[in-house]
Amino acid sequence: MTTIESPMGNGAGEGRRKAGALAGGLSPAIMTRAAKDAFVKLDPRKLTGNPVIFATWIVALLSTVSAVAAVASHQSAGFAIQIAGWLWATVLFANLAESVAEGRGKAAADSLRATRVTTNAKLITDEATGAVTPTPAHKLVPGSLILIEAGDVVPTDGEIVEGMASVNEAAITGESAPVIRESGGDRSAVTGGTTVVSDWIKVRVTAQPGSTFLDRMIAMVEGADRRKTPNEIALAVLLAGLTLIFLIAVVTLLGLGKFSGVNLDPIVLGALFITLIPTTIGGLLSAVGIAGMDRLMKHNVLATSGRAVEAAGDVDTLLLDKTGTITFGNRMATEVIAAPGVRPEAALRAAISASLADETPEGRSIVELGRNQGIVIEAPQNATSIAFSATTRQSGLDANGMSWRKGAVDAVYRSLALDPKMVPAEVTAAVDRIARSGGTPLAVSENGVLVGVIHLKDVVKPNVKERFADLRRMGLRTVMITGDNPVTAAAIASEAGVDDFLAEATPEDKLRLIREEQGKGRLVAMCGDGANDAPALAQADVGVAMQTGAQAAREAGNMVDLDSDPTKVIEIVEVGKQMLITRGALTTFSIANDVAKYFAIIPAMFVVSLPALGALNVMKLHSPQSAILSAVIFNALVIVALIPLALKGVKYRAIGAGKLLSRNLMVYGLGGLVAPFAGIKLIDLIVSTLGWA
Amino acid sequence: MNWQGWAEIALTLGLAVAIGWPLGVYMSRVWNGERTWLDPVMRPVERFFYAACGVDAKKNQTWWSYAGALLAFNLFGFLFVYAVLRLQGVLPLNPQGFPGLSEHLSFNTAISFVTNTNWQSYGGETTMSTLSQMLVLTTQNFVSAATGATVAAALARAFTANRGEGVGNFWADLVRTTLYVLLPISFVVAVLLVALGLPQTLSAGVIAHTMEGAEQKISLYAVASQEAIKMLGINGGGVFNVNSAHPFENPTPLTNLITAISINVLGWAAFFAFGRSVLAKKDVRALVLAAAVLLFAGAATIYATETMTPPAQQAAGVETAVNMEGKEVRFGAPATAAWAAATTGASNGSVNGMHSSLMPLGGGMAMFLMHLGEILPGGIGSGIAVMVVMAILSVFVAGLMVGRTPEYLGKKIEAREVQLSILAVLAIPVATLGFSAIAAVLPEALKGLMHSGPHGMSEILYAYTSATANNGSAFAGLTANAPWWDATLGVAMALGRFLPIVAILAMAGSLVAKPKLAPSAGTLPTHGGLFVGLLVGVILILGGLQFFPALALGPIVEHFQVLAVTDGH
Repeated sequence: MTTIESPMGNGAGEGRRKAGALAGGLSPAIMTRAAKDAFVKLDPRKLTGNPVIFATWIVALLSTVSAVAAVASHQSAGFAIQIAGWLWATVLFANLAESVAEGRGKAAADSLRATRVTTNAKLITDEATGAVTPTPAHKLVPGSLILIEAGDVVPTDGEIVEGMASVNEAAITGESAPVIRESGGDRSAVTGGTTVVSDWIKVRVTAQPGSTFLDRMIAMVEGADRRKTPNEIALAVLLAGLTLIFLIAVVTLLGLGKFSGVNLDPIVLGALFITLIPTTIGGLLSAVGIAGMDRLMKHNVLATSGRAVEAAGDVDTLLLDKTGTITFGNRMATEVIAAPGVRPEAALRAAISASLADETPEGRSIVELGRNQGIVIEAPQNATSIAFSATTRQSGLDANGMSWRKGAVDAVYRSLALDPKMVPAEVTAAVDRIARSGGTPLAVSENGVLVGVIHLKDVVKPNVKERFADLRRMGLRTVMITGDNPVTAAAIASEAGVDDFLAEATPEDKLRLIREEQGKGRLVAMCGDGANDAPALAQADVGVAMQTGAQAAREAGNMVDLDSDPTKVIEIVEVGKQMLITRGALTTFSIANDVAKYFAIIPAMFVVSLPALGALNVMKLHSPQSAILSAVIFNALVIVALIPLALKGVKYRAIGAGKLLSRNLMVYGLGGLVAPFAGIKLIDLIVSTLGWA
Repeated sequence: MNWQGWAEIALTLGLAVAIGWPLGVYMSRVWNGERTWLDPVMRPVERFFYAACGVDAKKNQTWWSYAGALLAFNLFGFLFVYAVLRLQGVLPLNPQGFPGLSEHLSFNTAISFVTNTNWQSYGGETTMSTLSQMLVLTTQNFVSAATGATVAAALARAFTANRGEGVGNFWADLVRTTLYVLLPISFVVAVLLVALGLPQTLSAGVIAHTMEGAEQKISLYAVASQEAIKMLGINGGGVFNVNSAHPFENPTPLTNLITAISINVLGWAAFFAFGRSVLAKKDVRALVLAAAVLLFAGAATIYATETMTPPAQQAAGVETAVNMEGKEVRFGAPATAAWAAATTGASNGSVNGMHSSLMPLGGGMAMFLMHLGEILPGGIGSGIAVMVVMAILSVFVAGLMVGRTPEYLGKKIEAREVQLSILAVLAIPVATLGFSAIAAVLPEALKGLMHSGPHGMSEILYAYTSATANNGSAFAGLTANAPWWDATLGVAMALGRFLPIVAILAMAGSLVAKPKLAPSAGTLPTHGGLFVGLLVGVILILGGLQFFPALALGPIVEHFQVLAVTDGH
């Protein structure tokens, strides 16, 4: 058995990273803008969508008023000023989280805007003569015909109606190697902002001004019309509910405290309220969502909505095209089995000789197989190549009185006038074995004698099996889609370790399968590039269209992969999961924090009037004021501390739901319970040492 | 504390679970309309009810139609009870010759019995005629319990259905639960209690002549029959003022064991019934385990606080380590602790000792168990329903951590479910803390208190907690038969009952329409120790923590004050 070096790289591994328009880190410029934006977002109208932070804003305002009143009436206001200051800081930190998350997208959008065409397009005003009129790009309407020549920037989206050109799409995909675009078929779409580097094309405009792919891309990366996703809404409801419950718990203390003879400072009540409500997750919630979109962009994938990213985390069934995703796409020779009495090397040499003139991928793979085993044969002078034809179903080479042929087994037998029953049993067995395993057997003859059988097979990419096993552990079913016959499909399916396959699949079969899966309550993800994939892409919960694909496909899917790499759908699922995990982890952490905050503030509030409650001061905080201040400071700083986690996301591990839960519960649940005890104590030490309270 | 005490507590609480299991299987058959061995007797009776009321029991109702029927039925029940109590003086079967009840007491009592709370602002033997006890109070003991069960039955159907429409038929659930479950089991227990010495008579009582020559009126009722459903229906409203501490309600340790088990048995049965009906036995076992762990922890806390000698008593050289104030000598500390936990963990509210006399932390624990939402195991059906809400909140918070939008028992948990879950658990903090805060500063309300300071705070908190949680147990000390208390406690009971019920039925309506998803390896497992731990954490933090500040001003500070007194004078 021969191993095959992958000519296409390890497609199933990490997504290839390119210096595309969407890449780029957090530069100082982005941070400066984010800091400014954090203040702009203090406008309460921008906060109404976030009840937790809005509540914090109101309490900060009330504490400020109360602090100012204290200063005006010459009372000691140091404590009130500090509390008010830290409450404002809490709001600012939450704003900062969001604007940092938005920062990268905004920077990417700016650079995309720069690629918009400002020069005139060549509008064909007379189709008969081909006369052109310079027209600004924004005046082009769907149906207009334009001419694009070498060196021109494509002014808007369209379909090529005539001609063929190589196009540099780096502005959109980051890939600088030009691609061929030509009229007819699935490679006829051109995208505004890309550049024609050679030849010329006539293009029928398909996009309305202002809604080109580039425009949509800018809107997406900028997050201009970012809407809350269903899960984000559900979480916001929970957070609002918790805020309400804690509001009741705190406000009712006014009455209960009076009965108990406790004099409660409104500032302290406000501080208790803010520390109890889930400000941590409330402040980071939108940042997590934006960062999720952002992580997809780093994979060079554009999602039309956050909803699609979230759905990706929920996907139950992955439909994967066999070709290009699971296998390399071309059948390749993996071994040559010699007929009885023939040396294996001789059989291999014959196979290579028969393929020297064969420029098909199969033929090249046979030469490649020989090279890997150290056998290189130069094509003899004055050789005659025998081309493949539908009638002979074999090809080969004649040179210097020698002849080599390879071809379909029955065709070769017939041309050799071999009765299949007379063929050596070893050869028949090899042919059967190859066919049963889903491969294609080719018979090889030398000078009219059968010398061996070539095993051509669809080679499964390395690592896909492990990848699918990971997916299975996370509860995802993989279904391979192929046009192959069921026998071949079954063999590849079992080799690749997919859960199921659909053989001899037509686009309608695909659509039906998606509907079936959805009928069972499953979410389905798929990728596709052909125009005939469009209905299935639209039906799937996560439809990833290839950037190189047909326009119809790009519009039907809810994601576009700029690298046009069909394995990317796996990364997309992981990004979706990671986003949900991050949200859950921060929520759990935020809620678990409350226990320690109670133990800091409750004794501090009541201890003057009810000294016995000093026993609850388990952290032995310095004074009631330092305890309350420390809790408020911890509450504010923890948001800043968790911004990197919110942006980077909690690491996703394919270890199964149970293990993942216990792991994250340990870190974020138990950690959330314990961390604030240590944090508040530490802050209290600092606060009391500095004499702030 | 001694091992016998622990064993008694474990036995009492454990037997309820053990007996609840098979009863739950039976209850599930009743909900599902499967055949039961009572069919030959009860089917004709059942059919008669439907025919007499013109009900189409086969109609699959939408959630709002179901909830509408439930509310209408309860409104009618309220009006009927109110009318009978007001008119008691002119109605027959009143050998005691009691007059009609005041407006506010009738209002409070009617709501109380309709909502399965059985808060009693009155003493039974000095207020209620035999007719009132039997016709309205005992009847409500049955149908209010069955009302709770219908909620769980509807919710179970919502989880079972795959893109369904209706959540079942309220009338069928109500009638079937009453006829097939409550009536026969109560009958058996009532006969058992009669055999063990409980009175069962229509006479008003007997006159005894004491040794000093004085006359003493000893009240009698049909005690055994009401006692049985009072426990089994998780009602808790006793015939007599001191409830199950009274020797006619609970004469011996054996009747104590039987009735204590009866408090929780059908609550647990509803858990198991839900599990069987939803085909999620493993998941529901996790809910049972979480509830049982919390309930036992509650009982253990009470037992521990009642048997640890405070420093002041130690200094005074007190020999006994057991706080016997407010306890019946025939029961002792363990039986009282087990009962206190069982009655507050369920929404029963009967008492066999005075909770006001528990040590501060013991009384605080009784309150806290109610704050958790009456899910340990709570009322029949209402307990499991709210427990499912807690499970949904747990799944929602933690489920995200496995990287999927959460699902529970095959149904996706989305914004609407979260919204309604929050609404379902909102009633207890709103009504408990809200009314308590007002009462705490209202002179009109404060007149009813016996104590000031932390213990007075506990009296207020306990009353509103008990009412809102539909528990009905009293802390003692509070004189509640006054317009302010009767009215606000009545409102608290109604809020605490019907807000969660409507929210949960609305949730059932949302869930029933969703596709039923098959679990995969990526689904958060909702059984097993990890989930139990998670659920316990969520119940304590989301369900209980908001009461911490209020409890700090009541039982917690009182506890530390007791500890702070170190000399014996």
